[in-house]
Amino acid sequence: MKKINYGIKHIVLSVVSFISIFPFIWMLISITNYSKDITMGKLTFGYALIDNVTKAFATADIGRAFWNSTQLAVVITITSLIVCSLAGYAFVIFPSKGKNIIFMVLIASMMVPFAARIIPMFRMFASVNLLNNYLAIILPAIGAPFLVFYFKQNTHAFPVETIQAARVDGCKEYQIFFKIFMPMMKSTYASAAIFAFMASWNNYMWPLIALQSNQKFTLPLTVSNLAAGFNPDYGIIMVGIVISTLPTVLVFFLLQRQFVEGVIGSVK
Amino acid sequence: MVRFQLKTKEKKILIGWSMILLAALFIIVFSYIPMVQAFFLSLKTGKGANLTFDGFSNYKRMLGDATFWVTIKNTLFYAIVQIPVMLFLALLLATFLNDPGLKGRGIYRTCIFLPCVTSLVSYAILFKNIFAVDGLVNNLLISLQVIDSPIGFVTDAFWARVIIIIALVWRHTGYYMIFYLSAMQNIDGSIYEAAQLDGCSGRQQFLKITVPMLKPIVFLTSVMALNSTLQLFDEVVNLTNGGPGNATRTISEYIYDLSFNYVPSYGYSAAISYVVFLIVVVLTLVQKGVMKER
Repeated sequence: MKKINYGIKHIVLSVVSFISIFPFIWMLISITNYSKDITMGKLTFGYALIDNVTKAFATADIGRAFWNSTQLAVVITITSLIVCSLAGYAFVIFPSKGKNIIFMVLIASMMVPFAARIIPMFRMFASVNLLNNYLAIILPAIGAPFLVFYFKQNTHAFPVETIQAARVDGCKEYQIFFKIFMPMMKSTYASAAIFAFMASWNNYMWPLIALQSNQKFTLPLTVSNLAAGFNPDYGIIMVGIVISTLPTVLVFFLLQRQFVEGVIGSVK
Repeated sequence: MVRFQLKTKEKKILIGWSMILLAALFIIVFSYIPMVQAFFLSLKTGKGANLTFDGFSNYKRMLGDATFWVTIKNTLFYAIVQIPVMLFLALLLATFLNDPGLKGRGIYRTCIFLPCVTSLVSYAILFKNIFAVDGLVNNLLISLQVIDSPIGFVTDAFWARVIIIIALVWRHTGYYMIFYLSAMQNIDGSIYEAAQLDGCSGRQQFLKITVPMLKPIVFLTSVMALNSTLQLFDEVVNLTNGGPGNATRTISEYIYDLSFNYVPSYGYSAAISYVVFLIVVVLTLVQKGVMKER
């Protein structure tokens, strides 16, 4: 009975696992095939890899889009991590009634659907001539309520004695944060960085609205544009898809524990 | 001495506030101010930049707007079908994987979680490609003689919705599975031991211990899933572009179209976005009430 039970579990899990990874296998096969073969569902490797990659970089701006996405994701990750961790830290280390209220207000903003903000945000950036400027992408991403929440949760685990000892040694409060808290919370920062990087890397709707010239386009916008045309070249599109998937998959395998923690957040 | 202490205390409170300032400022400027502006905008009518106050006429316009109702219906349809299927599957897989005696748990878990690392645009395009009329799935089904002629998975109204739901389930099940798995691992093992001593069967243990213990996490995940499905945009735009006709168009896509694809009517689209906001709030509260009653 127990054996049958395990047998069923293994069958179900194998099937689900296969379905889960099949699109990954598919994109790796397809990147080596010509568009015509990809659309026809060719399941064997071909010889078009170099052709596809060359075309993708020469004619489809995949290289520039990759660089644009990388720049934005790095800047947003660093700035939002500093700003949000500072706040999360202060909510725990310097508690007060007023701060509790502010915290609730900040967290409640997670409920506001993005659609309810885009039009005023679009008009806001248009009025200061910042559309098609990366500031329009970076500024709204810095204050991330989830990150504030995440850092607040994790600061509870930070030993208060360390802070008191540092104060006795004459450290300034900001020094304590940057020189003691930050290095000690490396793992928390890694998880949060993965979360912030993913959010920026995959961001689609707002850049679609705020960016107007092809030179500024990020990877999701470029790939989406390639696929939306009348006669899309799937060979080129697969290069774009693999390039947008590769960094996140790599980070996932290198930092699996932090990755999972970053994705599921501080739910414990 | 007392005065000095008071002073350092006040100073500390000030430093604390200074640390919060930036985050609060960014969230207020880019979340709350736009939200308030959107409400005032929703009371104005007109095309482009020529806007005049017109009371609640935008909200009245919605009642007679067929496209609005279609997009509401589509979005709710996705939520009602996709969320229960996905969460049930996630719970089932988590239960399987929570068994320490099962070999290869780590590999299964990694595989099932992997879809979560793809970008929404990328996987939507992959699905569009795999389910194309002359694509992989159709060719496979024809060669296995399941069907005679290819199915228009992306071009047929019914199938397009099915494909979107399949895609959403594929992308997000592993994500929610991890939530359930970590919640299950936090349940104290001694509870099960005690239950076993009292003669509880495996199924009873699952229904009487695991399920009640998981209630808060089930609530949390269903609110999260609901919130994300009600805001569905990236996948539908890239898989079907709302078509055929409006058969798969979501509310978020309609709001976007009204402001950025058609002649912009910012006021009307802001009004619709407020309705979405209200739906999210109401459904969250209803869900909370339902969970409490049980």
